[in-house]
Amino acid sequence: MGRAPPIDLESTLQALADPTRRAILTRLADGEATVTELCAPFDLTQPAISHHLKVLEQAGLIARRVDGARRPCRLAEGALRPLDDYLRPLREAMERNYTRLDALLVEMGDVEAAPPRAAPPRKTHPKQRGRPRVRRRRPAGRVENPPRKEL
Amino acid sequence: MPLTVERTSPTTLTVSRFFQAPPAQVFAAHVEPALMQRWLLGPDGWSMPVCEYDARAGGKIRFVWKNDENGASFSLTGEIKLIERGARIVHVERMHLPETTPDNTVDTRFVPEGTGTRMTMTMTVDDPTSMDAMVATGMTEGMEKSYARLETQAPR
Repeated sequence: MGRAPPIDLESTLQALADPTRRAILTRLADGEATVTELCAPFDLTQPAISHHLKVLEQAGLIARRVDGARRPCRLAEGALRPLDDYLRPLREAMERNYTRLDALLVEMGDVEAAPPRAAPPRKTHPKQRGRPRVRRRRPAGRVENPPRKEL
Repeated sequence: MPLTVERTSPTTLTVSRFFQAPPAQVFAAHVEPALMQRWLLGPDGWSMPVCEYDARAGGKIRFVWKNDENGASFSLTGEIKLIERGARIVHVERMHLPETTPDNTVDTRFVPEGTGTRMTMTMTVDDPTSMDAMVATGMTEGMEKSYARLETQAPR
């Protein structure tokens, strides 16, 4: 195989394995910033931030341009795509479960929110032969199939 | 309410999700088998015929999922390390596909946020290739493919 592409998952993960670098990327998602601007939220020296920027640049996650004396940083185009591709199926699988959980929580909330029902009258309908109607609980373990429509 | 999944280090994954319900209810949905069987299912077409969850420190977990169409199944076993009612669960789990995956320590927290709950789940494994494998086995397509493959093998 030829030379690895500049943005590879391994370098991306190593670069992301630091909370300061992750925070820098989050800030750059809002737009370009200079080193001075990037230092502002952190209790770190400028050389320390510059080191983080170097790691991010070598991993191909950020790019820098020259603007007079400044060298603003920006997110490199497509930088997080390998990571996003890698995590997307897992995210989608979890999201399917959590969408179901949202619906279940609504149901649970409705049950809690409903005011206590007045006891139904004990009169029986001629067809019921003297047995009062009982609301049956769905047996535990029976699973509702989610709708077959593609979301 | 988008789910976020971040590989926060080579050996950790952090999942974050907001639910429009109080923490006590979101917590209950994570520890009561009758509730878990309603949502903890993965892709369409799978059910959860076994859901054992002993909600206390030292308690055992056992889940079995089954594909209703082709009968494929796999399971998860685990142990609960810590439970703080309504707020936090720490447990260790692994899957049996049937090959056994490395242990994954999961720290799940339920924190009030506005009128709902912020759930954060941090998963930790011993080494990065275990995390890669775990992410891969979390893939729908991967799971279904691995079952298609098993079906073509000679019976054990």
